[in-house]
Amino acid sequence: MEFKDYYKIMGVARDATQDEIKRAYRKLARKFHPDVSKEADAEQRFKELGEAYEVLKDPEKRAAYDRLGADWKAGQEFHPPPDWDTGFEFSGGGFTSGDAPFSDFFESLFGRRAGIYGGARRHEYRTRGEDHFARIQIDMEDAFHGGTRTVTLQAPETTRDGHVRLRQRSLKVRIPKGIMPGQQIRLRGQGGHGVNGPEGDLYLEVHFRPHPLYRVEGRDIYMDVPVTPTEAVLGAQITIPTPSGLVDLKIPPGSGARRKLRLKGKGLPGRPPGDLYAVLQIALPPADSEAARAAYRHLAEVIPFNPRRHMGGHDERR
Amino acid sequence: MKEDKSLPLLTGDVLDDSVWLSFGELARICSLDAECLIAMVDEGVLEPRGMELQAWRFHPASITRVQVVLRLRRDLGVNLAGAALVLDLLDEIEGLQARLRHLNIED
Repeated sequence: MEFKDYYKIMGVARDATQDEIKRAYRKLARKFHPDVSKEADAEQRFKELGEAYEVLKDPEKRAAYDRLGADWKAGQEFHPPPDWDTGFEFSGGGFTSGDAPFSDFFESLFGRRAGIYGGARRHEYRTRGEDHFARIQIDMEDAFHGGTRTVTLQAPETTRDGHVRLRQRSLKVRIPKGIMPGQQIRLRGQGGHGVNGPEGDLYLEVHFRPHPLYRVEGRDIYMDVPVTPTEAVLGAQITIPTPSGLVDLKIPPGSGARRKLRLKGKGLPGRPPGDLYAVLQIALPPADSEAARAAYRHLAEVIPFNPRRHMGGHDERR
Repeated sequence: MKEDKSLPLLTGDVLDDSVWLSFGELARICSLDAECLIAMVDEGVLEPRGMELQAWRFHPASITRVQVVLRLRRDLGVNLAGAALVLDLLDEIEGLQARLRHLNIED
C-alpha cells in the first residue's frame, strides 16, 4: 500500500489552517471537477482531492493522520503502525463527493466508508434496480461501419458485509452503425440489482477517440486534404481516403486554402446520412534543387503578385 | 480492447432524436423527484417539448444535463442557477473548441 501525502495533493502546508484547507479544496475542486475540467487526468485528481479533503477537513482525522509523522513521502510503501489510532474516536462526518471507495491507504487508516453510498435509501421504497451510467470511447470506424466493443467498467458495489469496493466487469456491446458522439446506448437490465424487482438499465454515453484524419461534428465528418498550389489554382481530380474507401474528388479551378468541398452523404450513416467535407490545405512544393528555385523565381517574374496589398502598406522596395 | 469470445454480445437501443422521454421516464432514469425536475425546467436547464407536464417530452441529452447539475451541486455546492450558467458556458466552450479544431490551432 502506498503512502498518500494529503497535504501535497491539496497544495497546502502541514500547518495550514482549516480555513486555508477549505479554500484550497474549493479552488482545486473547481479546477479538476470532471464535468468542467479540461485536464486529461481530472477524474483521478478529483478523486484524490476528495479523499485528501475528507481527512484534512476533519480535525479528528487530520490529527490522526498527522501522528503518522511528516517523514513519509507520497508513493512510499506504507503499513500503519499497530497502535497508530489509539486514543482517537471518529465521529464519522458526512462525505461530500465521489462515488467510488477511497484508496486502500485511506481505508487502512479510517476504515471503509460502508453504507454511506449506494442506493440503499432509494431501495426502501423502490424495488427496481438503479440505472447506471458510464462513458465509453469508440473509434469513428466503429460508428461508421457498426461493430462490437468490449468495454470494462468499474462500479462501486456494497458487499454483503457492508463494505464498498470496486467491482470490475467486462461487457461486449454492439456499436450501432451511425451512432453520434454524445449519444447514449441503453442496455436494459444491465444496471443495478433490483430488490424483488427488475434490474436497472445501463446507459453508455458514447465518445469518439480523436482520429488522425477525421473530425466528427454530429453526423458530418471533416478531413483536411493537402493540395499543391497548381492543383488548387488550375483544378484537378484527386483521390482521397474516406471512411467508406477511396473516392475521387474534383478540385475546381481557383480553389483557395480552407475551401470546403462537400461529398454529400459520405458522413456517418443515418437517415439522412451526414456529409463529408474535404477542407483544402495548400502544401508548398519544396525548393530543394536549383531547378526548383529557378522555377519559383520564374513564377514570380511571370505572375507579379503582392498578397499584402489589401493591408494598405506600400512596399515598393521589392 | 480485444474481443472476448466468451462474453455474450449485448445489443442496446440508441437514444437518438427519435426517442423523447416523458417526465416520469426522465425522473426515474435520473432517480430524481418531480419537484427537482420541474425546478430544472423552470430554470431553463431542460427545455421539454409540449405545453403542460403530462405532455412534456425531453430530448435524451437531458439525462446528461441533469447528471451534470446533480454532480456540480454535490461536489461543488453549485446551486441550480449556477449550474444552468455552467451548462451554458460548457456548451459555448464546446462550440468554440469545434471551431478551433477547424482552424487547426489546437495542438
